[in-house]
Parts: sequence; structure tokens; C-alpha cells
Amino acid sequence: MAEVLVLIDHVGGQVKKPTYELLTLAAKLGEPSAVYIGGADGAAGAAEAVKGYGAEKVYVIDDAQIKGYLVAPKAEALAQLAGTASPAAILLPSSAENKEVAARLAIKLDSGLITDAVDLDESGVATQSVFAGNFTVKGKVTKGTPIITVKPNSAAPVEKAGAAAVTPFEVTISDAAKTAQIVASQPRKASGRPELTEAAIVVSGGRGTGGDFSAVEGLADALGAAVGASRAAVDSGWMPHTFQVGQTGKTVSPQLYVANGISGAIQHRAGMQTSKTIVAVNKDEEAPIFELVDFGVVGDLHTVLPAVTEAVKAAKG
Amino acid sequence: MNIVVLVKYVPDATADRQFEDDFTVDRVNVDGLLSELDEYAVEQSLQIKEKREGEEITVTALTVGPEAAEAAVRKALQMGADKGVHVVDDAIAGSDSIATSLVLAKAIEKLGPVDLVVGGLASTDAGMSVVPAMLAERLGLPQVTLASVVETQGDQIRIKRDGDVATEVIGGTLPLVLSVTDQSGEARYPSFKGIMAAKKKPLETWSLADLGVDAAQVGLGAAYTAVEETAARPPRTAGEIVTDEDGSGAKALAEFLASKKFI
Ligand SMILES: Cc1cc2nc3c(=O)[nH]c(=O)nc-3n(C[C@H](O)[C@H](O)[C@H](O)COP(=O)(O)OP(=O)(O)OC[C@H]3O[C@@H](n4cnc5c(N)ncnc54)[C@H](O)[C@@H]3O)c2cc1C
Ligand SMILES: Nc1ncnc2c1ncn2[C@@H]1O[C@H](COP(=O)(O)O)[C@@H](O)[C@H]1O
Repeated sequence: MAEVLVLIDHVGGQVKKPTYELLTLAAKLGEPSAVYIGGADGAAGAAEAVKGYGAEKVYVIDDAQIKGYLVAPKAEALAQLAGTASPAAILLPSSAENKEVAARLAIKLDSGLITDAVDLDESGVATQSVFAGNFTVKGKVTKGTPIITVKPNSAAPVEKAGAAAVTPFEVTISDAAKTAQIVASQPRKASGRPELTEAAIVVSGGRGTGGDFSAVEGLADALGAAVGASRAAVDSGWMPHTFQVGQTGKTVSPQLYVANGISGAIQHRAGMQTSKTIVAVNKDEEAPIFELVDFGVVGDLHTVLPAVTEAVKAAKG
Repeated sequence: MNIVVLVKYVPDATADRQFEDDFTVDRVNVDGLLSELDEYAVEQSLQIKEKREGEEITVTALTVGPEAAEAAVRKALQMGADKGVHVVDDAIAGSDSIATSLVLAKAIEKLGPVDLVVGGLASTDAGMSVVPAMLAERLGLPQVTLASVVETQGDQIRIKRDGDVATEVIGGTLPLVLSVTDQSGEARYPSFKGIMAAKKKPLETWSLADLGVDAAQVGLGAAYTAVEETAARPPRTAGEIVTDEDGSGAKALAEFLASKKFI
């Protein structure tokens, strides 16, 4: 069976959940091989982690020549690996950087690219959600090696023992790929909350919070949820841009999305309307967000949310 | 210094966007406009020009798209770009990002030595946020993408990029491909003077033959992916809406969450 390369999503060797989802999808298309690009010290831990999700091989690419640069070196490394492994497909977790890596890779390998897939079947047909989530599209790469970036939460990870044979892979990175350099990096403060795109529950706030996110954060913490924000809240400087849900922010598709003080503009919907269950709290009964909801409360979020938070805490004991 | 800004003509996001029978985006029957996200690219290009007062800088707005796409270039000219290029050819219809990036690359090569290619965050239609990266690969240029802040000095550029795990400052040396996000600063509206001035600005129309691109390399037939089906997402069924009175809303919401096993 042909190999299917899966780029491991990790921070310092700490493997993130989308990797397991991708390995699960990869097994439908062939034999999953995980690809670790990172520091040598994190490789063993990463290999151990993917072993439980069916990875037969783990290619280890030391990032000594790669870290510190943007996009291009990773694309070169993956192109070289694809040259020797001749994979049936290459799957990458959808992130801003990985989409660009995939884009350069597609040109290098003269291959088709599908981004932001939300599902993948045995015949390589990928499902995408387009036009602000109003349409689903099923499509397939018809030329070269399919390169597919997959969104978080696209599959339920299936545990399965794999050999996870560690295979170091040497890459040669051109000087040309090292011309855009990371000059400074300010790591994001850990919030202690789940990652927005991976969370099962997202509690968001908009302009209606008036800048006070405490009620939103309180409910999020009681539910073990991630916190999101509308662009109005981000533009007001209340929340960093990484929390923005929507067309120009993150697309989320959690089990539960709770929109508070958010009107439901099309650009916001684009980022959340494929959520399984949608709840809104808004003091305007005419707010368009109510067209989407499974349950809505017309009321003031500053009184409704704390009361719900108490009820959640009480129920959880 | 030569700056090329990539502007795409897209169906209006607030209109009812549709697919054609061949699954391509309907670009004819829906009102279109310059993609809002590319306005930010035009704005940053103009700001670079304005900040580098005294230098000879030409901002060229480039689009690949149907007849109507000329409107996107016009808008960029009204905002302040110096000249426009519209690549239009029947064979281009249905092109994917791989073919679009090929045509853009050839057009940029034809424009002569370029110092900076500036794109937007994504096309607001079926945007994949990949064209600038593909273009960089094709042109053999570095990329500094998804910038929320842009600064240039001489042949050096610094951008701020708000990544998921870190906020980064990326540095590069021109020539390169830059893309900017909607966090980079409000785009200006064309002034009356700008609108009048735009009428006299050069706007060239190029065909594939002008670029030496074989029609077989572009269009739906040359696509690297095939759409098998599209389906409108079923409308969400109307949910229950309650009005909060003295805590009744919170109680009802908590009950709803419990019934769905969220608590
Ligand atoms: C190119 C482009 C891209 C965009 N991308 C995005 C994006 O990615 N994400 C995004 O979110 N937006 C995006 N927008 C902006 C979008 O169009 C809306 O402007 C934005 O979503 C509005 O945010 P909001 O709902 O928080 O604010 P508003 O529309 O002002 O709504 C605030 C709501 O809060 C309610 N409210 C007020 N006080 C209370 C209270 N005490 N309790 C309960 N409810 C209250 C009001 O009734 C109102 O419905 C984009 C726009 C453009 C042009
Ligand atoms: N047909 C086109 N003509 C001009 N620029 C384009 C075209 N398609 C994409 N671009 C540029 O590439 C960016 C990203 O597009 P996309 O990869 O389609 O999301 C856009 O914001 C534009 O700046």
C-alpha cells in the first residue's frame, strides 16, 4: 500500500490533536506515515504519540536549517521527502502557514491542492465548506500527488497501533528559501483554555459585551470552552485578533457555539455556521444571529451569562 | 521602484452567490466588485509609495478575470494606483489557483523588473489564501505574507505577522511577494479627484497570447482538481427563542444545555 504523508502539528514535540485526526483520515487512503519537522530532542516524544494512531513510519526532519524562516524551507523539505517516498497523498493540518507551504509544494510537485477540507473519503474525495458555509463542495485532486490541508475537528481520531518506525530524513535547504527571516517572535501567552479551532465548545463575545468579557470568559471556563470574538470586539482592542471568528479570522465548527452580543453579520457567520448546535444571547430580538440558532435568549448578556454559569457550575458539582 | 498589487474581481458577498452548471463560481450573473480584502493590499501599496516620498515609484494594479473585472482595476486606479493591467481571455474561465498564479506570474514578468508584489489575505469568493505563495514559488521570490503591519526602508522590509502560536516580525530583502491582512489598516475611499484622475490613467488589456501562455494550460479543462458535486447547506431549522424575564432566560438556556448533554 502506498504511503500517505501526514505533517505532524506540534509545539516543541508536543503533538496536537489535529494530527491524530489526519492520521485517521490518511488510513482511508493508504499507509499513514507521519512527518515530524522539528528539533531533534522532540522527535522521540512525537513518534511515541503518533504510534497510537496508526503511523507506520515517522520521518524525522531536523529543523536546524528550517526554523527561523517562513514557509519556503518547509515546502522544500516536503518536496524532497515526496520525491523519495512517492506518497499517494500529502495531508497537512490547515493553518495559515501550512496552507502556504501546501501552495508552494503544489507548484513544486506540479500537483493539485485542496485546502480546508472538512472530510475525506476512501477515493480521495474531499469535502469543503464554501461561500460563508452556505455550500458544501466535494472534489478531488486529478493531477499529480494530492495535497490536502484538513481543518481541525474533521474526523474523530481512531486509536490504532502503528509501527511508528523512526526514519531520519536529510534535507538540503537552498539559500533562496532562507531569505524571509523571522526576526523576532513573541509566543502567545497560554490561556489555559482549549484552542479555538479545536475546541468542542466555543463561547464568543461581540460588541454587545461593551468591552467586558468577564461574563463570556466565566461561562467559557465553566463549560471548558474556548473563547472567541467578533471582529467588532477585536477592532475595539478588547480581544487579540487570534480570537476572531469569521471570514478573516478562524473558522470553527464545534459541537456548541454560544454567540453573545454578536449580531450575526455574514462575515461572522462564515466562521461559525457549520457548528453543530448554535446558541445566542442578544438583547435585540431582531438580531440576524437568531435566524441560525437552535436556542436563543433575548436578554442582556451581563445578567444572563453569569446566571447560566452558576447553573453550569452547580450541575457539574 | 515597481510595485504590483494583485486585485481580484469577486461576486458581492452580500448577494446570493451561485455555482454554474459546471460547478465554477458564477461570475457573470452576480454583481461583482474589487474584493474588499484586496483594498487593503492597494492601501498598503499606496502607503509605501507615500512614505517613500521623492522616490520614483509606480504602483500597477493587476487583475486576471472576465470583462467585468476591469472594474476592480478601475477602483484601484481611483484609490491612487498609477496604472492598470487586466488580463482577460475566454480560455481563462474556470481557472484554479494553480492556473491563476501562472497567468499572474507571466503578466508580472512581462511588466519587467518588479520589486514588490502585494496581494490580499484571500479572495472573498472561494479564497484559499494560496495565490501569493504560489506566485512567490513561480517567480522564485521570497514571501512575507499575512502582514498586519508593513514597513520598508531601502530594499529591506519588515512585517508583523499574527500567527497562531506567536506574533512574529519577519524581515526580507526586495524583491519579494507580500500579502496583507484586514488588520493592516482601513483602506481609503476614492476621492472625487481620484475618480477624475483615474479616467486618464493607462489601463492595458492583455490576452494569453500577449503573455505567451498556451490556452491549454489554463481554464477549467486544465484544472488540477475536479468538483464532483456542490450542495447548498440545508437551512438551519428555526430554534426556540425565549425572552429573559427575571432570570427565566438563563434557566431555560441551562435546561437546553443540559438536554443536549453539554452540562
Ligand atoms: C472584509 C470583511 C471581513 C470581515 N470579517 C469578519 C470576521 O472575520 N469576523 C467577524 O465577526 N466580523 C467580520 N466582519 C465584520 C462584520 O461585518 C460585522 O461588522 C461584525 O461581525 C459585527 O460584530 P458584532 O456582531 O460584535 O457587532 P454588532 O453588529 O454591533 O452587534 C452587536 C450586537 O450586540 C447586541 N448587544 C448589545 N448590547 C448587548 C447586551 N448587553 N447583551 C446582549 N446583546 C447585546 C446588539 O443587539 C447587537 O446585535 C468583516 C467585515 C468585512 C467588511
Ligand atoms: N484572479 C486574480 N487576479 C488578481 N489577483 C488575484 C487573483 N486571484 C487571487 N489574487 C490575489 O491573491 C490573493 C489571495 O487569493 P486566493 O489565494 O484566491 O485566496 C488575493 O487577495 C489577491 O490579491
